[in-house]
Formats: sequence, C-alpha cells, structure tokens
Amino acid sequence: MTKEEYWNTNVKLIIKTLIIWFVVSYLCGIILVDVLNTIQLGGYKLGFWFAQQGAIYVFVFLIFWYASQIATLDEEYNKVRKD
Amino acid sequence: MELQELTITFVGLTFLLYMGIAYQTRAKSSEEFYVAGGGIGPIGNGMATAADWMSAASFISMAGLISFYGYGGSVFLLGWTGGFVLLATVLAPYLRKHGTHTVPQFIGDRYLSQKARLIGVACLIIASITYIIGQMKGVGVAFSRFLEVDYNTGLSIGIAIVTFYAVIGGMKGITYTQMAQYVVMIFAYTIPAIFISMELTGNPIPQLGLAGTFTGTETFLLDKLDQIQVELGFAAYTTQERLSGFNMFVYTVSLMIGTAGLPHVIMRFFTVKTVKAARASAGWALLFISILYTTAPALAAMAKLNLMNTIENPMNVANPDYKDISDNLVYDERPVWFKKWEDTGLLKFEDKNGDGRIQYSADKSKSEMVKIDRDIMVLANPEIAQLPNWVIALVAAGGLAAALSTAAGLLLAISASISKDLFKEILRPDMTDKQELATGRWAMLGAVAVGGYFGFFPPDFAAGTVALAFGLAASSIFPALMLGIFSKKVGSTAAIAGMLSGMGITLLYVFQHKGIMFVKSTAFLGDMSPNWFLGIEPNAFGAIGAIVNFTVAIVVSNMVKTSDEDAAKMAAIVENMRTPERPGEELADTSH
Repeated sequence: MTKEEYWNTNVKLIIKTLIIWFVVSYLCGIILVDVLNTIQLGGYKLGFWFAQQGAIYVFVFLIFWYASQIATLDEEYNKVRKD
Repeated sequence: MELQELTITFVGLTFLLYMGIAYQTRAKSSEEFYVAGGGIGPIGNGMATAADWMSAASFISMAGLISFYGYGGSVFLLGWTGGFVLLATVLAPYLRKHGTHTVPQFIGDRYLSQKARLIGVACLIIASITYIIGQMKGVGVAFSRFLEVDYNTGLSIGIAIVTFYAVIGGMKGITYTQMAQYVVMIFAYTIPAIFISMELTGNPIPQLGLAGTFTGTETFLLDKLDQIQVELGFAAYTTQERLSGFNMFVYTVSLMIGTAGLPHVIMRFFTVKTVKAARASAGWALLFISILYTTAPALAAMAKLNLMNTIENPMNVANPDYKDISDNLVYDERPVWFKKWEDTGLLKFEDKNGDGRIQYSADKSKSEMVKIDRDIMVLANPEIAQLPNWVIALVAAGGLAAALSTAAGLLLAISASISKDLFKEILRPDMTDKQELATGRWAMLGAVAVGGYFGFFPPDFAAGTVALAFGLAASSIFPALMLGIFSKKVGSTAAIAGMLSGMGITLLYVFQHKGIMFVKSTAFLGDMSPNWFLGIEPNAFGAIGAIVNFTVAIVVSNMVKTSDEDAAKMAAIVENMRTPERPGEELADTSH
C-alpha cells in the first residue's frame, strides 16, 4: 500500500462515516421528520426520536467504528510502509 | 439539614476536591502547563473533554431551551454532539499528528504565515472571551439562587476558585479537575431526572421514561404534553419547528462545525500520546457527553409537564379529559420555589383577570405568567417535582462544576495562545521555558480579569455571545483547519482571504440588526426584515459564513501562485499529518 492508497482509503472511510452521520441527523431528524413521525416507537414519534435521541447514539457508535476501521488500516500500512 | 446548609456543604466539598486535585497535579513545566505533558489516556481525556465541552449552557440552559422549543430545540442536541463526529474524522487526529500546543499555531505553521496566525489568535480570543462571559453569568446565577448571597459575591467566589486552580494547575491540573467535575456534573444531572422519571412513569431510565405512559394509565407522556400545549394555544411539543425546517438544518450545520472549530475543545486532543488515542478519545468524549445529552430531552419534557401541572391543576396530567381552569393554582397558595424564583426576577406573575388564580396561555394578552426565564427550568426542576433537599443541593454543585470546568478550559486556550502565538512566535522568540510558563500564567490572570469584569458588568452582548463564538469558530477556524489538512494547494493568501470573508459575512449578518458588538444604536440595515436571507436566523449563520470561506479560499488558491519552495514545504507538512504514526512511535513535538 502506498501513501496515496492509504490516504484515499481513509478518505473513502470518512465519506462513508459522514454519509451515515448525515442520514441519521439531517435526513431522519430534520428533512424527513414529518414522514417518520407517522411511525410510533413507544411514546416517541420516530422522527422526533431521531432528532432528540437516536442520532446521538449513532454518532457515538460511528466514532468508535471509524476509529477501529482506521486503526486496522494503520496497521496494514505500517507493515508495508517504506519511509 | 436545611437546603441552604446542604448546598453550602455540597458546593464546599466539591470545591475542596477540585483544589486538592489541582494542587496534587499542578504543572511544573510549560509542556505540562499547556498539554499536560502529552500523556493523558483516551478515556481520561474523553472525560475531561466532556466536562470542558459541557458548559453552563449545556447544563443549565439547554433543557430549558428544549422545554420551550420542543422539537425545535433538537438543533442544540444534534449540533452540539454531531460536531464530535467531524472532530474525530476530519480534524483531531491530523492536528495531533502535526503536534502543536494551540490552534493558531497550527494555522501559522501550515500556511507559513504570521498573518494567518494572528487572525487565528484574534478569532480564538474573541470566541473564548465571549464564551467565558456566559460561564461567569452561570456561576453568578447558581450562587445567588442557591446560597442566597448576592450575584456579585457569588461571582467573586467562583472567580477566585477557578483562578486558583487554573493558574497553578495548568492543563495538567485542569485535566484531572475536569474529570472530577464531569462525575459531579453527571450525577447532578441524571439523579433528579431518574427521580422525576420514576415519579411520572415508573421507569427509572429517563430516556425510556420519555417514551412511556403515566404510571397507571394508558396515556403517553409526549402525547399528553402535545395535548396540553395545544389546549393552551402553543404548538404541539413534538412537532413545533424552529422558524422552518430549512433554518433548523442550517442552524444544526453551524453548531456542528462550530463545535468542531472551537479552540478550547480541539486543544484537549493535544494532550494524548498518539493519533490513535486522539480518535478514541473523541469517541469517549461523546459517549460521556451523550449521557447528559440524551437525558436532557427527558428532563425538558418532564419539567414542562410538571410546571404546567403545578400551574394548571394537580389532576390535569393524570386525567386526560380534565379541562376546567377554575381549578388553576391559587396565586396565594403558590409553592416556595415559585416565590424564591420570583425574588430573582426570573419568574413573574401578573393577575390580569383578577381571579387570584394563575392562567398560563400562548396568548400574551391573557397569559398571567408574564415571565418564565428558560434558564430556571433545570435548576427549579427538582423543587417543582418536590424532590429531597440533597438532590437540589447536588444540582447546584453540578451547575457550578459545569461552569467552572468550561471556564478553566477557555482560560487555558487564551493563555496558551497569548504566550505561545503572540510572545514566543512573534514578539519574543528567545523566551526560556520558565519565562514562557510565567507569561502563560500572567495571560491567564489577564483573561480572568477581562472575563470577570464582564461578569460583574454584563455588556449588551452577553445574550448574543453564543452567536459570536460559534459564528467565528464555524465560519473562520473550522474551514481554515479542514482546508489545511485536506488540501495541499491552499496557501496563506487563499486561507487569509477565506477566513476574513467568512468571518466578515457572518459578523455582518449577526450585527446588522443587533448592532455592532450588540450595541443597539449601531444597528444598520434596520429596515430589512429580520432573518432576511432565506429565513435564516443570525445565530445559525456560521454555516453560510463557512461556505463563503471555503469558496473564497478555493477560488483564490486557483488564482494565486504559491512559490515552489513554499508549496514544497506545505506539501511536506500535509504529508506528515496524513501519515499514521509507526507502532510505538512517540509523536514529535514540533512546537519547540
């Protein structure tokens, strides 16, 4: 793996992370909130739940997920790095 | 014990704890003073970051805002947490790899420009000082209400404590104190929420209680809240928007990138040993933060229900069909907490129809609750719910922990920037480590003096500080940092043009109606409608400023040619940031 390949894989990983980040907060919590609000989750309307609870849980998970993915990538890169 | 004695005991004990920790872990070198020697573990740093981040605004104000804005208050929940995903993925690891002590230092290094560094210093100081004023106010309010001393005495005590431990402790002392403050804060926030959730729904976990039904009924809490709000003429709690969906979208973006760009938060990631630890500690920070942030919506909704229940009538909440307002609370029989908050002027009643009972309504001409300051919701909540006195005392200690931990982090960011970026880099490059440490401590005292002054004499712009701090961080610092990492091409001219235009347009929009530095007489564009640009409110404008910043910087970088020598230097800096550390590698500290 070259330096460029390492960086490009990282950028792709970041984009993946930020797509999920966008979906749970902006899409589910704001843009599609009215549609999702027609679904009930206990006493929560689903869109409202995403905006005030769900997105935050996903954010925490996302950071740890990204950190573990990139840590694996770092290890692979360190095995073959030339500099 | 009486409430006041209990409060003094709780607050006194926590203060002794903070000072003891600060003394034990005081900084002995400038390395320890600014970045705690670079040896804090990811979980510890995560906890300290959580305390650093969660200010009086998070602890005292946020649930109150959600109480009154309902769904519209989600912008704060999303914005102030989502920023950490950005920090973990696009900023913190690379800034840590580069290895500086301050944010302007990175900007100066990366763009090879003292001018860029100075703009960074200016943004940092304005953003941090305005932020400190908010903390000072929080300290004053908490003291004056709970210890029943006057605002100025309370503020003086708070300033003395934070000065003592920040100045001697430096980043190292502050880090360990913040861990203790996090623990105090989180217990103070969740315990009342657990009690209230138990009382209303029988479920001890507030996050689940909010989804539940009232004990012994089939009525969902949130449905009932919607219903009462609508009956009183307000918008339904779970669907009320803040101006518009578009405004909420932009507001959330602004708060997220503002969070990621606030120097005192970024600085915490310079205290860990490795890039890997920087990423992990962002995760831990958000995990610790999320405990408070997911409790806040439950606290907000339950506090609102309890408040309306007290005013409207005791049976109203449990009985869905009850509507008779002739049973509303008789003013002369109002509870003790009501009277105490009236004394502070944050709660006001006016008997408009002269029936001696309290009516609360969305219709301003009829509503007899002429003032309910949103900031009292969290502090008054345990009293409204009639929780034991020790819970109320704990809340006071928690509110103070939140304000002090953030104030200390801000003071450190200011002092590091003044001594490192102004003195060491520009004015007196030949300073010894000892002189640098002394300069840092004096700069911190200076920052306390300025912050304290504004605490005693709150300026007109106290209320607008959030807009200013987040606006600057979002429109100026965040894009400069992100471009510095993700582009090799953007050089000093482009970065400076971007920062100035992003910042300029944001400040222009914030100041146009509110006046320059919020002095009303200097308001311009007074004849245009408020929020004239696509219905975006000024507090939400940082995102637009950031777009302008990015666009200008990229356009200019395509027009201006950087010298080959500079381009090679910048490329080397960027390459180094993007490359992971070797196993077991001790990261170089490039700041010396």
